[in-house]
Amino acid sequence: MNTPLRRLSMVVVVMFLALMMSATWVQYVRAPDLNNDPRNVRTLYREYDRARGPIVVGGEAIASSEPVDSPFGYLRSYSDGPLYAHATGYFSVVYGRSGIERAMNTELNGTADSLFYSRLQDLVTGRQPEGAAVELTLDPAAQQAAWDALGDQRGAVVAMDTRTGEVLVMVSKPSYDPNILAVHSSREVTERWAELNEADGNPLTNRAIAGNTYPPGSTFKLVTAAAALEDGLGIDEQIDAPDQLPLPQSTAVLRNFGGSSCSPTGTQTLGDALRISCNTAFGQLGLDLGADAVRAQAEAFGFGQELQIPTTVTPSYFPEDPNDPNTVLSAIGQYEVRVTPLQVAMLSAAIANDGVLMEPQLVRSVRGQDLEVIRETRPQELGRAVSTSTAEALQDMMVEVVQNGTGRAAQISGVQVAGKTGTAQTSAEAAPHAWFTAFAPADDPRVAVAVIVENGGAMGNEATGGAVAAPIARSVIQAVLE
Amino acid sequence: MATVLTQPARSSRTLELWLLALALAVGVGAYALVGMAMEDSIPPDIVGYSAGLIGLSVGLHLVLRWRAPYADPVLLPVVVGLNGIGLAMIYRLDASYGTADAPSTFAERQLAWTALGVVMAALVLIVLRDHRTLRRYTYTAMLVGLLLLVLPLVPHLGVEINGARIWIRIGDNSLQPAEFAKIALAVFFAGYLVTMRDTLALAGPKVMGLQLPRPRDLGPILLAWAASLAVLVFQRDLGTSLLFFGLFVGMLYLATERISWVVIGLGLFMGGALTAAQVFPHVAGRFNGWLNAYDNEVFNAAFGGSGQLVRGLFGMANGGLFGTGWGQGYPQLVPYAESDFIIPSLGEELGLTGLLAILVCYLVLAERGLRTAVGVRDGFGKLFAGGMSFVIAFQCFVVVGGVTRLIPLTGLTMPFMAYGGSSLLANWMIVALLLRISDSARRPAPPSSPVPDAPSDDSPIVVGGRDGGGRDSDGRGVEASDNETVQLGVGEVRP
Repeated sequence: MNTPLRRLSMVVVVMFLALMMSATWVQYVRAPDLNNDPRNVRTLYREYDRARGPIVVGGEAIASSEPVDSPFGYLRSYSDGPLYAHATGYFSVVYGRSGIERAMNTELNGTADSLFYSRLQDLVTGRQPEGAAVELTLDPAAQQAAWDALGDQRGAVVAMDTRTGEVLVMVSKPSYDPNILAVHSSREVTERWAELNEADGNPLTNRAIAGNTYPPGSTFKLVTAAAALEDGLGIDEQIDAPDQLPLPQSTAVLRNFGGSSCSPTGTQTLGDALRISCNTAFGQLGLDLGADAVRAQAEAFGFGQELQIPTTVTPSYFPEDPNDPNTVLSAIGQYEVRVTPLQVAMLSAAIANDGVLMEPQLVRSVRGQDLEVIRETRPQELGRAVSTSTAEALQDMMVEVVQNGTGRAAQISGVQVAGKTGTAQTSAEAAPHAWFTAFAPADDPRVAVAVIVENGGAMGNEATGGAVAAPIARSVIQAVLE
Repeated sequence: MATVLTQPARSSRTLELWLLALALAVGVGAYALVGMAMEDSIPPDIVGYSAGLIGLSVGLHLVLRWRAPYADPVLLPVVVGLNGIGLAMIYRLDASYGTADAPSTFAERQLAWTALGVVMAALVLIVLRDHRTLRRYTYTAMLVGLLLLVLPLVPHLGVEINGARIWIRIGDNSLQPAEFAKIALAVFFAGYLVTMRDTLALAGPKVMGLQLPRPRDLGPILLAWAASLAVLVFQRDLGTSLLFFGLFVGMLYLATERISWVVIGLGLFMGGALTAAQVFPHVAGRFNGWLNAYDNEVFNAAFGGSGQLVRGLFGMANGGLFGTGWGQGYPQLVPYAESDFIIPSLGEELGLTGLLAILVCYLVLAERGLRTAVGVRDGFGKLFAGGMSFVIAFQCFVVVGGVTRLIPLTGLTMPFMAYGGSSLLANWMIVALLLRISDSARRPAPPSSPVPDAPSDDSPIVVGGRDGGGRDSDGRGVEASDNETVQLGVGEVRP
């Protein structure tokens, strides 16, 4: 029976080859993914044992690792914890990482491929290896202004550089202090975590890019207007603006805000319709254009895209195949349309940038121990959202909104601001969300802003985007331009 | 076929001593490195520890010189090396598990079990002068094997740990009788199959190029299948069940040379396992934890989830190519890092490089065993040695495959390395048996048979050999000299 014995030894060899391949798969091929798994506490232990690179905003470290006398070696500390919490994210022995701490983890802990030469240097010179510094695009003054202006209200503020896509402001409220999750006692961390999860308003949620997305309300009329302009409609052309728009296939009717009338004649120009945010006019416009045209325009502005800035952004959503009445509602940003505040800022940014949408970026550069630049983020175009002429028309219309329309609260002396308000109904009981998006200066745009104040904030049911959100946007724009 | 069967008469014991020195250097060196990494100093008991390890292995080496001078020189050093590395890892885990008030003592106990295992191996070598003696106990072995298998089901004696009922408690120690059943059943399978092989190999109908056995010969395989399914169902242990069935199918193939048996066996086991996965939640859990290991829900499941498996994978990934080094990783984060999950522990601290080296050691062990089977002259010895070598390899496959997520995870232990007394004792006995058989395989055949066994012992299979030409070398007598005939040229051996 030597023949089967020899065959069996071949089988044994094959079995061991399979094991070796399997081990190689785990320890070499899949190892980077496994090491980055947020459930992998082991990586965290290892990382606590080395100096993690700082996160830098405006030349100052907002997150850094300090040596401590404990088995972990280093303690992560955040100098302005709550203000930047949703940008930095947390770094916890129990719950892993979030935000930039997660998205830029390999750079911060020094294991990224791009840091290979730096590691080699450390090895040769015997220098203690350290993670790289990650510099963010945030503007500290504007971030603080947004934080103060939003006050105790729930909501989010995002500002972008219209020309580069750099994110200048990312505030989400309520916030939390990542320092309390960075401590090494897992019992303490677990308790704090439970408190945060039970706290009102989910402080751990980054409303700016990854919260439960919001209905955009009237800010979405920018998209519908863009689709109409691209379709050949002129800014001064008369469109239907009835007092009531009967919803097709149903007995319901669409009214204007507060039951008011858009125009005594029943028609008005596209520019006027946007200036006073006429629901019936844009509902009818959406119906005429069709849901597909509006969705295509929304996607050109970035809807449906999974952005990594490098933190993951929840894609904004326009309904797949709405029927006619829902098309009417979708065209004014209701029904199932959902956006992130970042997406709304991207609307203004693309319009301000003559129709070209820049990719939002939160990281400006990665720097090694000697502050040498290892990686620098270059402005990237995401694509053209609208033609230059359409963008110019929209710019003019948005200037009108702030000068003579619903967004007058955003006016700044000496600077021409262009904007659009929104007041998004959520349910019959809750007060509507107040929206405002803007860019400035209108003649040479630099910054685009989106503000949402949940459920009207301090003003509750009386709130409109113009009254509650526009003043916040104004503070942010002032802070950026100063 | 019978070309490279016998080596020139050389005892190779000196080679063994050198290899042993190497293996001991690895084991003791690992122990010292662990001490330096964990306590910043060479362990104070290093002298006693090395003396113990050296004494045990050299003692066994001397027993071999005395009782089995021609035994394979590689088997013992490989096993000593693996056992030493396992001990170092367990000692290293103790340092992480224990506190000043309640030190963890896995390593001490494992060392004691190692000593006992080596003594058992020596006893086997001293008492058992000829492996063919075991053939007389074919059916006794079957009874003992089955008895050992059902022992954990006896009320009060058997204990259930983590849902599996494969342990018995004697005093303070829990034993896994299945480890010993492995040996008993290998004896039984070898004795039974060597007698029945011609019957089982008889041609039945041919279907799609496969020579199927006659339906009435399916009895034994169905019995083995039923027994292993019973283990699966009543003891809830997929690993043991898989191991026994693998052993049986492997040996059946060796005896009959019929691929059809393997196909039928695999088909039966898969069918049984899939049905069990449908019916029994604990089996279904194993499959789910394998297929959807990374799902958060499965990962966090309190019982039967993939948390342990994935944490082990995290550990291995942390080790990467070259490992963290002794004491620098976090193997203690994985439950049962010292027993079922000792491979991920080693993968983490010794890296892929170290793990591959360990796998090669096991491969060498199994291949040397199979080579012994090729070399030995009697059919029973061939089957027995082949079966036991295969079971070592198969156990490695099931364990390492399980922890690297190649196959579903089962609760088996890595031979010689994992913490566990039964496993150590049983595997040292297996090595002793392989050494015993290899001695007989490599012993130069004197003109008159040195073994006074009755030649009729193997008579049922010696006659003719089913391939007609006596291509196989099964019995001693006629076919033993057939080996020599081929090697030396026809006519030279005939007296």
